[in-house]
Amino acid sequence: MLKIGVFVCWCGSNIAATVDVKQVVEAVKLQQGVVFATDYQYMCSEAGQLIMRNAIEEYKLDGVVICSCSPRMHEATFRKNAERAGLNPFMVEIANIREHCSWIHKDVEEGTIKAIALANAAIAKVKLNAPLISGESGVTKRALVIGGGIAGIQTALDIAEAGFQVDIVEKSPTIGGNMAKLDKTFPTLDCSACILTPKMVDAAANPNIELLTYSEVEKVSGFVGNFKATIRKKARYINTDLCTGCGDCMSKCPSKKGKNEFNCGLNNRPAIYIPFAQAIPNVAVIDPVQCIKITKDKCGLCQTVCSAKAIDYKQQDEIIEREYGAIVAATGYKPIKLDKFDEYGYSQSKDVITSLELERLMNAAGPTGGKLVKPSDGSHPHTITFIQCVGSRDISGRGKCYCSKICCMYTAKHAMLIRDKYPDVNVNVFYIDVRTPGKNYDEFYRRAVEEYNVNYIKGQVGKVYESDGHLVLQASDLLNNEQILVNSDMVVLATAIEADESAKKVASMLTASIDTNNFLTEAHAKLRPVESPTAGIFLSGVCQGPKDIPETVSQASACAAKVIGLLSKAKLVTNPCVAHSDELLCNGCSNCANVCPYGAIGYETKLINDHGIRENRRVAVVNPALCQGCGACTVACPSGAMDLFGFSNSQIMAEVEAICKK
Amino acid sequence: MQEVKDFKPTIVAFCCNWCSYAGADLAGSSRLSYPADVKIIRVPCSGRVNPMFILKAFERGADGVIICGCHPGDCHYSTGNYYTRRRLALLYSMLDYMGIERGRTRVEWVSAAEGVKFSTVMNKFVEDIRALGECVKLGDIRCKD
Repeated sequence: MLKIGVFVCWCGSNIAATVDVKQVVEAVKLQQGVVFATDYQYMCSEAGQLIMRNAIEEYKLDGVVICSCSPRMHEATFRKNAERAGLNPFMVEIANIREHCSWIHKDVEEGTIKAIALANAAIAKVKLNAPLISGESGVTKRALVIGGGIAGIQTALDIAEAGFQVDIVEKSPTIGGNMAKLDKTFPTLDCSACILTPKMVDAAANPNIELLTYSEVEKVSGFVGNFKATIRKKARYINTDLCTGCGDCMSKCPSKKGKNEFNCGLNNRPAIYIPFAQAIPNVAVIDPVQCIKITKDKCGLCQTVCSAKAIDYKQQDEIIEREYGAIVAATGYKPIKLDKFDEYGYSQSKDVITSLELERLMNAAGPTGGKLVKPSDGSHPHTITFIQCVGSRDISGRGKCYCSKICCMYTAKHAMLIRDKYPDVNVNVFYIDVRTPGKNYDEFYRRAVEEYNVNYIKGQVGKVYESDGHLVLQASDLLNNEQILVNSDMVVLATAIEADESAKKVASMLTASIDTNNFLTEAHAKLRPVESPTAGIFLSGVCQGPKDIPETVSQASACAAKVIGLLSKAKLVTNPCVAHSDELLCNGCSNCANVCPYGAIGYETKLINDHGIRENRRVAVVNPALCQGCGACTVACPSGAMDLFGFSNSQIMAEVEAICKK
Repeated sequence: MQEVKDFKPTIVAFCCNWCSYAGADLAGSSRLSYPADVKIIRVPCSGRVNPMFILKAFERGADGVIICGCHPGDCHYSTGNYYTRRRLALLYSMLDYMGIERGRTRVEWVSAAEGVKFSTVMNKFVEDIRALGECVKLGDIRCKD
C-alpha cells in the first residue's frame, strides 16, 4: 500500500483567502493511502520545503501531492526537494489550487470544494506514478541566430566572445536591420551608423561567427541541444568570394527603377546593388525580378564591367544543413501598413511620411544627402507636424492595441534635431500621452519642449488634407477643449511597429509560442524573459515585444548569457516522461511511428514469450533520446501497447474518475 | 431541457501543457473568473487525449468535456492538435450514436497568451452545459460506487 503525503499551501492569502485550507487537509486525510496531510503558509519557502522533507523521511512517503500554485511555477522546486529527501522526483504531483481555483473563484465554499476535488485527482494520479530516471543527451556547441539586426548581432557577438560558434541567418542581403536605417538615436543623439557599423564589422570579422545573409531558415527539427536546421541561401547572382564591393556595376546597370528598400522606397536603386555603403557583407546582389539579363536574357552590362568577374547569372539557391545546440529568434519588427489609416493622407500626399522615412530624409547617406526637404517639390518646409500613436494603442481594430514604446522618444528626437538644424522650422506634436520611462528619457523630452520650443498639443488628429499647396490638420486640442485647424508643410506619422512578417513562420518552425500580436512569448513574463517555453529556443529583441535600442541590446546580451549557459553544459538532462511500448501487446502495425513527429519510434524483430508461446514478432521500440513525450502515439495505438510515463492512460483515467466522483 | 438554476454540472477540461494550461494559468493570474464546475486535467498535448478518456468521463457522470490545445499550426509538438481535431470529429458521431448531445463535447484552441479567451470559453461552455442539463444518457451503465 502506497503511503501518500499531502501538503496544502496557503500562498499567504493568495490561496487561503478563497480556499479553506484546513478543510482541504481534513478532506484529503480521508483518501485511501494518505498517511500525512498538513498545511503551511508558504510551501515553497525553505521552512515549507523542510516540512515536506521531514514528512517524507518520517512517514516513509511513496508519493507526495502539493496543493499550491501552477506546476509551471514550482513543480521543479518540489521535485528537487523530494529528491533531497530521497524520494524519486517523479513521485510528486501538483494540484493547482491557485491559478485554477483560488484566484478565479470568490466564494470560499465553492473554492474549497473545487480545491478538494483537484487534490483528490492529484492523489489518484500520484498513486499510479512510477519512479522515473532522467536520461542524458549531448549538446551541439553551435548556436543559430535568426535575424541580423542589432539584437541578433549583439547576441551573436556575446556568444562568440564566450568561445562558441554562431551562425547569423539574415533574410536581407546585409546585416544591420532597422537600426542601420536610423539617423540618430535617443537619448544621446549618437549617430546610429557610428555605433552600429563597428558591431557589424566585428560580427563579420569574428572567427566564431558565420554570416549567412540573403538566407532563410526553412526547416528546424530536433530538440534542445540537438537541433537540425535547413537554411536556404538565396542566389545573389554574385560570387561573394570575388566581389570587391567596388560598385562599378551599380553605376552601369540600366535598370534603375527598383525601390530602394534601405531608403524606405524614397528613391530608386539599380537591379544590381549594394544595399548601403557600410553593408556587411559589402558585396552586390542582383534583384532577379528587375534584372533585364535574368528576366529577358538581354543586357549583361554588369558582367562586362565587373573586373573581378564576380557576376554569375546562373547561380542557384544553395541549401545548407547545420546542427545547433540552441536557436535564437531575433526577427525584429517593421512599421505597420497605413492603408487602414486614410484619414492621415499618407497615400494622397507625398508630404505625409512615416517616422522611419523621416530618418532617411534626415540622414547624410539618405536620398537627399541629409537635407530636409518636402518630398513633393524639394522645397524647404516651414512647419512640420508630428502625429503620435498612428496605429498604436488602437482599440478600433485597425491598428495595434499595444503601445509601440519607441515613438514618443524618437519623435522628441526628430523634433529636437529639426529645430537644431533648421531653427526657422516650427514643429508641432500631436500626442495622446507622452511616455518617457527610461534613463535620461524624461529629461530628453523636456529639453525638446523647454529648450527647443517644440509645440506639443494634447489631442488627436481626425483628418489631414491638402489645401493651397500645404497640408491642413483637423484636430482637437484637449487641454484648451477646442477643435483646431493646423497648417503644415509636412506631416510625420509615428507609425506603430509590429512583429516582422517572418515571426509567425519562424515561431511555427521552432514550435515556440506566439501571442495574438505575433510577438514570441517568453517562458515567464518576469522571471524568464529571454527564453521561449520551448527548451533551447531563446528570444532577442523586438520579436518578443516592442523595445528601444538600449533595451534590445540588454535583452540580446541576456539572451546570449542563457545560450552560453546551455552550450557550456557537457550533457543535458532529458525528460523521462517518454513513451514506451508493451511488447506483449504490440502488433507492429506502425500506427504509432506514423504519427510520431520526431521519428522516435522504430521497429525491431524480437523473440517474444507470450504466455509460453515463443515467437519472433515485429514490435515498436521507442528511442527515449528522441521522444519528446507528446503522447500522440499512445492514442494512435490500436492495441493499447503504447503508453506515456508521467501521463499514463491509467493516471489520466484515475484523474477523470476522481473529478467526476459526486 | 429547462435550465435548472442550482444545477452544478461536472465539467472536465483537458488542457495541453504548452498553450491552454498556460492560458488557464494566465486567466488565473489575471483574476478572470469562470465557474468552479470546470476542473482541469493537464496533458502534454491535446493529441494525448484518448477518446477513451472522454467516454470514461461521461460514463462517470461528467456533464461536459472540453479539450483545449494550441492553435492549429502552433502545436508544441508540430502536429498533435491536428490529430485531436480529426479524432474528435470521429468521436462526435459516436457520441451522437450513444445519445450524448453534441454540445457536451467541445474542442477549443487557446494559446498561452489568451487568458481572456480561456475564461470566455469556459464561461460559455458552462452556460451551454447548464442549458443542456444533467447528462443522463449513460446513467444505466454508469458504475455506481
